Amino acid sequence: MIKKLTTSAILALALTTGGALASGDGGAIHDEAFSFEGPFGTYDQNQLQRGLKIYTEICSSCHGLKYVPLRTLSDDGGPNFSADQVRAYAAENFEVFDAELDDYRPSTPVDHFPVSNDPNAPDLSLMAKARAGFHGPAGTGINQLVRGIGGAEYIAAFLTGFTGEEKEVAGSVLYENTAFAGGWTAMPPQLWGEDVEFDDGHANDIHHEAVDMAAFLMWAAEPKMMERQHAGFVAVLLLTLLTALLYLTNKKLWAPHKGKKTDL
Amino acid sequence: MAGIPHDHYEPKTGFEKWLHSRLPIVGLAYDALMIPTPKNLNWWWIWGIVLAFCLVLQIVTGIILAMHYTPHVDMAFASLEHIMRDVNGGHFLRYTHANGASLFFVAVYIHLFRGLFYGSYKAPREITWIVGMLIYLMMMATGFLGYVLPWGQMSFWGATVITGLFGAIPFVGESLQAWLLGGPAVDNATLNRFFSLHYLLPFVIAALVAIHIWAFHTTGNNNPTGVEVRRGSKEEAEKDTLPFWPYFVIKDLFALSLILLIFFAIVGFMPNYLGHPDNYIEANPLATPAHIVPEWYYLPFYAILRAFTADVWVVQAVSFITGGIVDAKFFGVLAMFGSIFVMALAPWLDTSSVRSGQYRPMFKWWFRLMAIDFIVLMWVGARDTEFPHDWISLIGATYWFAYFLVILPLLGVIEKPSTPPATIEDDFNAHYPDAAKNAAE
Repeated sequence: MIKKLTTSAILALALTTGGALASGDGGAIHDEAFSFEGPFGTYDQNQLQRGLKIYTEICSSCHGLKYVPLRTLSDDGGPNFSADQVRAYAAENFEVFDAELDDYRPSTPVDHFPVSNDPNAPDLSLMAKARAGFHGPAGTGINQLVRGIGGAEYIAAFLTGFTGEEKEVAGSVLYENTAFAGGWTAMPPQLWGEDVEFDDGHANDIHHEAVDMAAFLMWAAEPKMMERQHAGFVAVLLLTLLTALLYLTNKKLWAPHKGKKTDL
Repeated sequence: MAGIPHDHYEPKTGFEKWLHSRLPIVGLAYDALMIPTPKNLNWWWIWGIVLAFCLVLQIVTGIILAMHYTPHVDMAFASLEHIMRDVNGGHFLRYTHANGASLFFVAVYIHLFRGLFYGSYKAPREITWIVGMLIYLMMMATGFLGYVLPWGQMSFWGATVITGLFGAIPFVGESLQAWLLGGPAVDNATLNRFFSLHYLLPFVIAALVAIHIWAFHTTGNNNPTGVEVRRGSKEEAEKDTLPFWPYFVIKDLFALSLILLIFFAIVGFMPNYLGHPDNYIEANPLATPAHIVPEWYYLPFYAILRAFTADVWVVQAVSFITGGIVDAKFFGVLAMFGSIFVMALAPWLDTSSVRSGQYRPMFKWWFRLMAIDFIVLMWVGARDTEFPHDWISLIGATYWFAYFLVILPLLGVIEKPSTPPATIEDDFNAHYPDAAKNAAE
């Protein structure tokens, strides 16, 4: 019985994993040990704060985060700023057009992050979920079961993947990048190392900056991750209990008909 | 065919008698729940309950999601982010609904292949089988319509490709495609009608499910031996069966609970694994994604669609004979729908006198090859069409048709089946020798 059930489970898994898809022809992506990976992973609050600083000082000059409400910066499981800090951050860094005033005013926590300044720069709200870092083996994407989908890894690899080569195509300059699909991107390299000074003196070499940025964008794309994993954990726990009880009930129920003795 | 003899509901109190003579609804529920069920059903028979659960899960989560969703090309994508970020529990609801579709299809494929192996489609269960195929078609349609609603890149381009299939139909294709889309291309009108139909079809499925259950409650369940329940008398029937409640309800609930454990682990810990990253990019009619790939559950049929290119001699021959009316594109569409149609014809294509695959030594191997073929087609459906993928899909698609159109009819003639047990009771007692001893005492 258990054997048959196991076969069903394996078949079910084979059916689903068979369909896990690969996308793009991304280049070399290295697995990074992010704190948010795995069923017990959590966002590193300090890392998210560092990532936000990099976004604010560098990325935001072109890229928006239009789906992310500023107020969520003070949510549990996020960068976890205080409400006052978020109010100050919003007013200090962004402006929003207010239809009532018919003018621009400083942003407040109820506003969202701005849209991209540069129409060619994609919005980054969902970037960490819109890219897959891992595709193997043989394009099946099964290794994502172990390593995760790898969107954050892709971002870190992209930010550090510039070779320094440039070429001009139809009047615009393209930059060679080992992570980017096709190998040439319109975005010039932005991180060089020591671009941002952190208050706590955290390492700010290019690799650390890229990883912090990737972690922040993962949070921006999936702010409810910790809440979700908690709910998943409770569900698994309760269902384990229910499954055990139903297993015993079923065993006892059928025992007389199968001619088996049961002490239950 | 007369049903399996069993005790029927007898109204006892005055109120029960009053109600029963006006509306025998309690009797209907009682008879459905207490239906005699072959006691030798194995674990492949639990997927029906999983499917029923999936339908309810999808309808309940879907109705709540619809309360927060906006079917408009400018707002649909943002309304999903609103669900993911602002709606209480919205992120969990949406991931449950998205992954619930995958569970639905895992269950339907195992359920379907169980039927194919144990000959559940054979007389007298053809109607159950045909209604099941209709449910499956409706599920495919509903899943496709639902995948368009997030209005991501794969939503948009998937809709463009799939509705394009209808455009391949000769003469009326283009008008038909425009009629389906509500315009010359996938746009707001398309999104609106897809939302409306995505809300409607699950209720059509629910009605078909009721008919599906009604049909097999009339014929009785098939079982691993394919031997019918003895119907000579109630006593005889009771040796072969146990009532659905509580024996199979508890058994099925145990299995369902275990499956949900795995399901919610996926929803909780890796909800995007089965999705496509490109669908987190808002639909853009001006930028085609590098690869347009359907959801995993369509891949085997997508592979069959792409297998028949203009390089295949059969396609060239058909194109020549029909004077070019059936071109490669239309041939692919016919092959895709045909691959499901031949499955629906299985009751008449299978000529074997023995129902269950357990007692068919040759069939067993051809069946296993078919199951592997299905997985291979699923894999190749997500690949590009370069060599060797083109050949793999062509061979896989050819085997699919050969299985139903050639192998099933031929096996009935050339195969020497072994002898199934005389009764379900014999089979059950062979598994549980102590049960036989107890019965003898």
